[in-house]
Amino acid sequence: MSVHAEVHHGPPTAHQSSRVNASVLGVFLFIASEIMLFGSFFTAYFFIRVVNGVEWPTPPFELPVFVAGINTAILVTSSFTMHWALQSVKRGNRAGLQAGLLLTFLMGLVFLLTQALEYSRVGFNTSDGAFPTIFFCLTGLHGAHVFVGLTILLIMTTRAFRGHFSPEHHHGVEIGGIYWHFVDVMWIVVYTTVYII
Amino acid sequence: MINPLRSEAEAFRFLIGTIVYFAAITIAVVAGGRWVGLGVFVVLSVIVLGWWARARRSERPVQTVPRPSAEGERRILVVANETVGGGTLRDLIHERTEGVREEVLVVTPALNSPLRHWASDEDGARAAAQERLERSLGHLRELGVQARGEVGDGDPLQAMEDALRTFGADEIIISTHPEGRSHWLERGVVMKARERFAVPITHVVVDLEAEKEEVRN
Repeated sequence: MSVHAEVHHGPPTAHQSSRVNASVLGVFLFIASEIMLFGSFFTAYFFIRVVNGVEWPTPPFELPVFVAGINTAILVTSSFTMHWALQSVKRGNRAGLQAGLLLTFLMGLVFLLTQALEYSRVGFNTSDGAFPTIFFCLTGLHGAHVFVGLTILLIMTTRAFRGHFSPEHHHGVEIGGIYWHFVDVMWIVVYTTVYII
Repeated sequence: MINPLRSEAEAFRFLIGTIVYFAAITIAVVAGGRWVGLGVFVVLSVIVLGWWARARRSERPVQTVPRPSAEGERRILVVANETVGGGTLRDLIHERTEGVREEVLVVTPALNSPLRHWASDEDGARAAAQERLERSLGHLRELGVQARGEVGDGDPLQAMEDALRTFGADEIIISTHPEGRSHWLERGVVMKARERFAVPITHVVVDLEAEKEEVRN
């Protein structure tokens, strides 16, 4: 018995001098990996556009700027409803949390479905050259992020309707919200660079 | 450190900033063409980077408040690289712990070169710090002070924060070389420690060459 009492159970004591808080370090590593991922696709995009000096989009292709603009407005609005949801849970307003998360999820879903519809009607495919390839890669990469965000949102919304989260404990909504805003930021960069400029 | 993804509220503000930034560039491109857009992009980027650098400089560290001591007990954290010891330090510890049970922790930072730090090559630095720590503890024992010790982070401020989290302290004593020979004083370690930690900090200057000691509160 006394032997057992002296045996250390559980993981070893963490090294104290990590310098950076573990959660902050995690976010930095996440941002770094995302910058590298999107950066590689943007490098390819600017190479095609600037180094090759071709007109963008390459004739006869045209990009659906207006539809994508409406889609952008929908996605940006979803960030506002996300923010509203989090503010509501902080104030103990459960109905606001549920409505905010549900609206965010629905707007995200509309964005993704509109993008799928846009793909089917855009009139070109990846086999049509470098321009369509990079277009599908950049917007598709972002779409994959939206899909992940929608999965997180679905879990968050289900939990909210099942009575989870409170003004004191809402870490799950906070983390999901941060991810969703990040997805929005990336879309603004993609939309401005690929569709507008 | 400024981190736009630290909380949802900060991420939301970052999103609003991104919208404004790209909207200004888009308006410039539509109104004046790509070269005007490029100009706006450069100007805005310089403004944002300037603001960020300024905000980083003026950022105040979060004050660490250690856990309080038990009644009749006084915990003293001594942080020193190689200058621990000396009669002044002994008298100071005796004065502070008169009539109460003392607990003294000596922390010796594992000083390392920046290159070795970034390469995570700190075995040598820790071994050297361990040797210095054992010498310091031996010196304090000779002076009649019972202390325990540990090797800390290479950054003395971080070493103090780590020690405060596990040991707590009623007072921190920082022992340094005199001005002109102390890297810690050059880097403002004592001043920064006073800003960062909500405990009294006493600075003991030990001149090992001249064997002079001085206390600065």
